Amino acid sequence: MTKKSLEPFLWTLFSAGGVLAALLIPIHLLLFGLAVPLGWAYPSYEHLLVLLRHPVTRVYLVLLCTLALFHGAHRFRYTLYDGLQIKHLNEVINVLCYGGAIVGSVLTVYLLWRIP
Amino acid sequence: MSQTPIYTEYHPRWYRRRTSTYWWLRRPSYLAFILRELSSLFVAWFVIFTLLQIHALKQGAESYQRFVDWSKNPVVLIVNIIALFFVVFHAITWFKLAPQAMVVRLHGKRVPAAWIAGPNYAAWAVASALVAWIVLGG
Repeated sequence: MTKKSLEPFLWTLFSAGGVLAALLIPIHLLLFGLAVPLGWAYPSYEHLLVLLRHPVTRVYLVLLCTLALFHGAHRFRYTLYDGLQIKHLNEVINVLCYGGAIVGSVLTVYLLWRIP
Repeated sequence: MSQTPIYTEYHPRWYRRRTSTYWWLRRPSYLAFILRELSSLFVAWFVIFTLLQIHALKQGAESYQRFVDWSKNPVVLIVNIIALFFVVFHAITWFKLAPQAMVVRLHGKRVPAAWIAGPNYAAWAVASALVAWIVLGG
């Protein structure tokens, strides 16, 4: 019963994370996954550290990372459920997906809590 | 039937026809669906990549340089290019879906899909420009 009452909440996290992921992840990946390694852009270390120290950036990154994790966990859970139809492993999959998202979220908050 | 059947969340097994595990290979639209769903893995990869970057930034300039060098590794670069493809696919399908999820009526008529999808794409452009401007503006 508790699982059933939790489902709407998980769907809400899925949509919130989905919106943030759609709006923001492509540009983040384009910048730091492509532009910086390929030498198209040179944001300096000092500039990035100043950005990272700013409270607004930290709140932004916590929201982006945690919601994206719960979005991904929820979607991946249903990918396994629909795609591979491994319904007998439901419990294990739920624990791994949401557990992973929780661990990742705790790690995100821990990393962004204090910036030297 | 003397025994009480065990309650399951799903239909009893004897009423279900077995679907092939590879049902999603049957039609391009099914494949697109499963590819869209697999974008979840690349969203998770993005978070891991970003957390490594934040960690490196906190450790100091040398450590950050090591992170940048690591991101130049062809394997990491290719993973990031594939990830970019998947998250863009996620974004497009997400914005395309918005008009179906959000039914807005004006004077009793349903607002055209483009009126809802349009602002979503505009917000995407503005958000991307803003992030790029903040990151590169220094």
